[in-house]
Amino acid sequence: MEYLLRELAPQVLGAVTRRFRDFAAAEDAVQEALMAAVLQWPREGIPENPRGWLIQVASRRMTDSWRSDEARRRRESTLAAESSQTEPPADLDPEMEPDDTLTLLLMCCHPVLTPASAIALTLRAVGGLTTAEIAKAFLVPEATMAQRISRAKQSIMASGVPFQLPTREDRAQRLRAVLHALYLIFNEGYTSSAGPQIQRLELAREAIRLARTVHALVPDDPEVAGLLALMLLTAARRAARTGPDEELIPLTRQDRTLWAQNEISEGIALLTAALSKGSVGVYQLQAAIAAVHDEAARAEDTDWPQILALYDLLERMSDNPMVTLNHAVAAAMVHGPSRGLELLQALDRDARLAGHHRLAAVRAHLLEMAGDYPAAIAHYRIAADRTTSLPERHYLITQAARLSEGK
Amino acid sequence: MKYILMMTGTKAGVDTYRAWSQSDVQAHFAFLKKLNHELTEAGELVANEPLAAPEQAKIVRVGKDGAPVTDGVFPEAKEFLLGYWIVDVESPERAYQIAARLSAGPAPGGVPTNMPIEVRQIMSRRTDDLP
Repeated sequence: MEYLLRELAPQVLGAVTRRFRDFAAAEDAVQEALMAAVLQWPREGIPENPRGWLIQVASRRMTDSWRSDEARRRRESTLAAESSQTEPPADLDPEMEPDDTLTLLLMCCHPVLTPASAIALTLRAVGGLTTAEIAKAFLVPEATMAQRISRAKQSIMASGVPFQLPTREDRAQRLRAVLHALYLIFNEGYTSSAGPQIQRLELAREAIRLARTVHALVPDDPEVAGLLALMLLTAARRAARTGPDEELIPLTRQDRTLWAQNEISEGIALLTAALSKGSVGVYQLQAAIAAVHDEAARAEDTDWPQILALYDLLERMSDNPMVTLNHAVAAAMVHGPSRGLELLQALDRDARLAGHHRLAAVRAHLLEMAGDYPAAIAHYRIAADRTTSLPERHYLITQAARLSEGK
Repeated sequence: MKYILMMTGTKAGVDTYRAWSQSDVQAHFAFLKKLNHELTEAGELVANEPLAAPEQAKIVRVGKDGAPVTDGVFPEAKEFLLGYWIVDVESPERAYQIAARLSAGPAPGGVPTNMPIEVRQIMSRRTDDLP
């Protein structure tokens, strides 16, 4: 039932927004309708037309709140204007309304919003999660998350974004913002698995669910398929990614029998279909790299020349120093560590990476490959001091300790 | 990204504060209340806790039998944590901005206290895949 409700949430919100032309209020009304369903349906059974039921309940909330606003205005002013808008149009058949999920997603990920606001709003308005659930996932108080969502709605209203699909050229651009938000939700959730992180794994699942929704809405966009494939091909490794004490296990040392083969096959199938459309983008390339890793039964079977070629392409398409960093690792795997270290030198001059822990961590790794243990230890420690990720710090300190002990 | 903003001070500093007039104390409280409200409204406040007076502070270590050994007489010059704010912000610059606001809380006469605020990033749990 929860799954059904969350599938329906954006469709219902789209219909109610379309009807009342007030996104912020409609969003609140739909949340209330979802709550009402959670309370009533288990007792009274799922209605024959659940979507229509939700639209009706949300519309009633809208009308009620309009009426009470109206009553207040009347009390405040003797010049009570006769409003013809307090009743929803009766001639709309809920089943005939279009699916507005894509319009909603584009609106929730509008570039006027900061990434954190876009993510929060997307999870609530499109994902159908409650504010409490979102707050828990991001480890902030519910009141703070409620404000973040409400401000996001206000920013959208203030920017005057109409509730309609953007023009064709605009749509491609705006869809990228949606994909980026989903990618961030996935990354946020794709962490180790104990304690409060149980909630966060939920976020990775939610990101996959939303990516599936977008893929169903725009099946011809190969980058949407690429993102979904990337998520599946990455999430497939989650059971092998951490050890019993939550310690990170690098790709090369993971127990590959723990990888989820069903997710790998689905990801590869999606990716193959997307690549055949001939319009390669950054998500497809990242998915392709993940797929090459996933296809190797043992770490030493990894097709590094293939990965290097993919990073070459990816580097040409994106101006991201992290890509260059990973490219250097792939180059080291193919041509030896000195080639990788050479490439890192160019990155020392990149202001975006200066002082970044990742540069130090990769350098340490390549120095270790080259057999220069004292320098590797020093760089593992530099990286450990610079990272703001707890599991990574544990990992880096452990690497330095392992090398110091001569293992 | 989350940051902790730590307000620190000495016992001597706390004693100065205790000598403030009622209206000065009220003005300072009103300022903090308003700032917390603003941070919540901005969707940034994660937590804010003031701490009990430094006189009640104890340093605890484990003794030989595993029982706690406490130490509680501190020199006047020792810096104590007086209270902290945890904020979830878009950039380090925003965290510094909030810290500066905290340091600008009104002392008697409305002049900023200029309290030092130590800003530290909180470790996250997220990681990317390692090579």
